[in-house]
Amino acid sequence: MHTPTYLASGLRLPTNWLDYTILGIYFLVVLGIGFAARRSVKTSLDFFLSGRSLPAWVTGLAFIAANLGATEILGMAANSAQYGVYTTHWYWIGAIPAMVFLGLVMMPFYYGSKVRSVPEFLLMRFDKAAHLLSSILFAAAAILIAGVNLYALAIVVEALLGWPQWVAIVVAGFFVLAYITLGGLSSAIYNEVLQFFVILAALIPITVLGLRSVGGWDGLTDKLTASHGDNFVTAWGGTGIGSDNPLGANWLTIVLGLGFVLSFGYWTTNFAEVQRALSAKNLSAAQRTPLIAAFPKIFIVFLVMIPGLVAAVLVPKIGTSGSDLQYNDAIPYLMQQLLPNGVLGIAVTGLLAAFMAGMAANVSSFNTVFTADIWAKYVVKGREDSYYVRFGRLITAVGVLASIGTAFLASSFSNIMAYLQTLFSFFNVPMFVVFIIGMFWKRASMKSGFWGLVAGTTAAMVNYFWIYKQGIIDIPSDQGANFVSAIAGFVAGAVVMVAVSLFTAPKPQAELQGLVYGTRSPGMAEPPAEGDDAWYRKPALLGWGAVVLAAACYIPFSF
Amino acid sequence: MSDHYSEDDLQKEITELETKSATAARLFDIRRIIGGLFVVYGVIVMIAGFTASDADIDKAEGVNINLWTGLGMLILGLLFLLWLWLRPTPPPPAAPDEDASTS
Repeated sequence: MHTPTYLASGLRLPTNWLDYTILGIYFLVVLGIGFAARRSVKTSLDFFLSGRSLPAWVTGLAFIAANLGATEILGMAANSAQYGVYTTHWYWIGAIPAMVFLGLVMMPFYYGSKVRSVPEFLLMRFDKAAHLLSSILFAAAAILIAGVNLYALAIVVEALLGWPQWVAIVVAGFFVLAYITLGGLSSAIYNEVLQFFVILAALIPITVLGLRSVGGWDGLTDKLTASHGDNFVTAWGGTGIGSDNPLGANWLTIVLGLGFVLSFGYWTTNFAEVQRALSAKNLSAAQRTPLIAAFPKIFIVFLVMIPGLVAAVLVPKIGTSGSDLQYNDAIPYLMQQLLPNGVLGIAVTGLLAAFMAGMAANVSSFNTVFTADIWAKYVVKGREDSYYVRFGRLITAVGVLASIGTAFLASSFSNIMAYLQTLFSFFNVPMFVVFIIGMFWKRASMKSGFWGLVAGTTAAMVNYFWIYKQGIIDIPSDQGANFVSAIAGFVAGAVVMVAVSLFTAPKPQAELQGLVYGTRSPGMAEPPAEGDDAWYRKPALLGWGAVVLAAACYIPFSF
Repeated sequence: MSDHYSEDDLQKEITELETKSATAARLFDIRRIIGGLFVVYGVIVMIAGFTASDADIDKAEGVNINLWTGLGMLILGLLFLLWLWLRPTPPPPAAPDEDASTS
């Protein structure tokens, strides 16, 4: 049986009127952004894609903030308390290469083809079967993930502030509902940019004070080496094939499962992320969206990993039966121990903002896919544009209510991050394989998209529920199993796609323009905007710079 | 389900929606909000720093963390306002005014 995610009741924070004032101001600003963005919503393109008109720094920070939800923050701190410096893999190999690939290689096809969503790209490249299946899979996954955020928020708020769970769910649900129905994607993105800075203001003091409390970085590594062994403070130590390490993964599953399949699946085909780039004002800005996001991503790992490691020192038995504290409690525990009123209010605000942003990113992508891909193409076709804006607002409310319902599914997992990655391996990985083959192999036939999706999803689920859960093959941890599920889903999807392509008709060449590598669509020929030729705005330089920087970051943790 | 929805249809639909879109013309500049909020937060947290009790400072490992965090937030907020002042919101691209042309 899994241990539930309930935070220890001893984590109640000593909040006072000052902290609540800070929190209250934030909620007012969030609503204010919603009301102020409302007047910019005139067409469905405004509501679902901000009219494709935002500057790159805004979409770039929203891109990273949509990922930096509270489940990511608490989950990665939990990972660090449990597995140590291995957490850096989720950032340096598990994010940067994929983000750079999205910006440099894939974005011209996404943005240039003018699709509004990731499933819509599959409609252009493959057929309606692939489109409808991927739309439904994505819509379901978005609601599940929004539910995880909401549930985790309720648990954390109950433990930290003492609000009953239903109060937290209703309050957070109401604010997310209000600002997205009012301002659409623009207000979701603007709130994400704001949340990015607030969460930094919360995490930096926790990290600095946490390090101070254990005697700096040297004190931290010395104590962890003494208590957890040498490998706990290295990135690659103990990851040889066949050797035993707490992560339950070796270098091959890390590089292929996490670094290639899972991370490319998440960053390049998860519409909650890609939507931010599609709302940029031109192709150059769209390309730079994930590249601008890559630089903060390289360094954010320190702000979540160090608190997790510090918690592992201060509470040596964290996450075991010898302590009340779960791994997920690492950051709340440090907030309680180290932050005085004032900064504490900032930290609480940052955490709530991050929960709401994580939920809002999924709700705002869900309403787009449900309206533009499912409703407008298969159910009620050909109505006037304003009808679809109204429907988008309605379905936003439905989505928020549905995610309240899915929240409780998350309760059976002890590590929220592991649960999310399980969902990603089911839903994103098959999408990724269909994408990558469709984008690079002209011969991939119209029907192969659908069957690739079916095979990939089935293989990932079979691996998880049957091979791992039933113990057919012994995999030591949830995370290790996710890496294997991802590889299984990828390989099965790829094999089936190739097999189906060989026996069915390819899509006519003329319909592949701008969708397959090596072709161009008419829309991609737009001239660069003024100022976009500055050297620091060159996508290639930004992209390769991020890759080199991430690789360099590994050096101090590898020897 | 029989009607074929091609790339040309999509290009046409999106291009038409882009000309009617109001986001570029009417959406406010987020720098103003970030700047304003961080100035307010910076001042509030710095005041908490100036009035910090010994217990507060002891709790934070001997650092007046409110003062430093507040200062950092205030500076960030001012930088955003400075950026906005130096590079004001660019005017929206001169699109043909379809309200005027259709009437």
